[in-house]
Amino acid sequence: MSSATVSADEARALIAERFSGSQVEGTSPMVVTVAPDAWLPFAAFAKETLGCRFFSFLSATDWKDEGLEVVAKVDNADTNLSLLVKSRLGAGVTTCASLVPVYRGADWMERECYDMFGIRFEGHPDLRRILLQDDWVGHPLLKSYAVDTPYPPYR
Amino acid sequence: MTTVSTTRQELDYAGSERLTMNMGPQHPSAHGVFRAILQLEGETVVGVDAVIGYLHRCHEKLAETLTYAQYPSIASKTDYVAAMTSEFAYVMAAETIGKIEVPKRAQYLRVITSELQRVASHLLWLGTWCLDMGGALGGGATIFLYCIREREDILDLFESLVGARLLYGFYQVGGVRYDIPDGWAAKCRETVDLIDQRINEYQRMLEENPFFLVRTQGVGVISRDLAEDVGISGPLLRGSGVAFDLRRAAPYSSYEDFEFKIPVETAGDCFARYRVRMVEFRESLAIVRQALDKLPDGPISSRPGLKSVAQTRIPKGETYARVEGARGEVGCYLIADGSAKPYRMKWRGASFSNLAVLPHVIPGHKVADVVAIMGSVDPVFGEVDR
Repeated sequence: MSSATVSADEARALIAERFSGSQVEGTSPMVVTVAPDAWLPFAAFAKETLGCRFFSFLSATDWKDEGLEVVAKVDNADTNLSLLVKSRLGAGVTTCASLVPVYRGADWMERECYDMFGIRFEGHPDLRRILLQDDWVGHPLLKSYAVDTPYPPYR
Repeated sequence: MTTVSTTRQELDYAGSERLTMNMGPQHPSAHGVFRAILQLEGETVVGVDAVIGYLHRCHEKLAETLTYAQYPSIASKTDYVAAMTSEFAYVMAAETIGKIEVPKRAQYLRVITSELQRVASHLLWLGTWCLDMGGALGGGATIFLYCIREREDILDLFESLVGARLLYGFYQVGGVRYDIPDGWAAKCRETVDLIDQRINEYQRMLEENPFFLVRTQGVGVISRDLAEDVGISGPLLRGSGVAFDLRRAAPYSSYEDFEFKIPVETAGDCFARYRVRMVEFRESLAIVRQALDKLPDGPISSRPGLKSVAQTRIPKGETYARVEGARGEVGCYLIADGSAKPYRMKWRGASFSNLAVLPHVIPGHKVADVVAIMGSVDPVFGEVDR
């Protein structure tokens, strides 16, 4: 079985075998929830074993008291296997492993995610703001960051 | 005492100076506001730092403050050159979570407008790209003016359908806002036939021009491996040998009803990307013709009336909806919490990922090639910065 021909069912079995603590739901996209320490190993596994070489996007969600959740989307362009990988970092945690060693596309995506959520991606070669200017205060997509922000230049 | 140099000059192995050149943010070839800080050795680029964000409006935060009825017309401001497909991604995400049916007629109207939009967007790309490489193409602005003329015809069609030429608000959760007026279909067929003929003319003009070939062939090669790794999509990905088109890979809005080809080129250079788009023109026009032929009767929305649309509430859930826009995968990752506004919306702009490939591709090319490569990527900065 080469990585180019992994079907959805085979992928489900492989994920259950390698990442026993993960949850898998749905088919398009197949939503996989992994532990934060499995974030980077799972990305490498998705690319090598499941053939998901197409890196679509990486972002995060702020669940207020429950903490931040990172989310990434990868595809296998040959079999149309489509994975949405999620991981809850836990309350108060703002560090996460960088996916740049596996996917080069994670470079800009993680910079944006750092810019918007303040998540520090460990192992990123050049983590700095990308959309906002370098002296911006705060991370706008956090739920605690009000739309009528108290930060300069608006106040 | 030795002092540490604080200037930006570095010496390379040959003893010559490295020059830092600033390109943009108001450079005409950027088609928007984009700054590239180039490291040059002579005329060769050895390093690129791309600076983006000049057009950032934080659409993702905006979407959390606007209702499902309000946001679609704002979504068109992300990719303002292909506004139809941006709106499409957002309403599709809301419809998927809410399990809202879209009537067949509305699905076909969505297909017709998206494909016309793709043609209009590609026309603007072809015109401006050739204008960027201007001097070398003998006549400079000729192709640009031709392309703009054809694009105007499509914008006229949109104007008679929606009332707006660039930013539409045509899509809404459950269907589309307007049905086609009398005589629109006939006018549309006329326009489609005209553009179909003229595309051949442009292709001859360009491909029989040796300067055009020299400036595009073998320039800016993106390998399949790099293409997938960075996540570039649309004509760029297909120009690098990956037959991945969401209209075929994950059909939506009745795309399975139409016959069309997915063009693929394997060279991965500027010329390959150009060839892919030239075929896409004709395939899109063919889809429009088929959709007009088969356009079913019936309602244009499953939620007719202003009241029903304004009160749209989407139950708890999350999804990732994606459509094949003119520049590639336009995606919307939406988390709904049962209220009238989304809890979180992530916008995956095709141009953002497409532009992220530049620092990997440009080093090793001449400064003049930077313009050709950037044009072949076709970034729209509303979508890069969001």
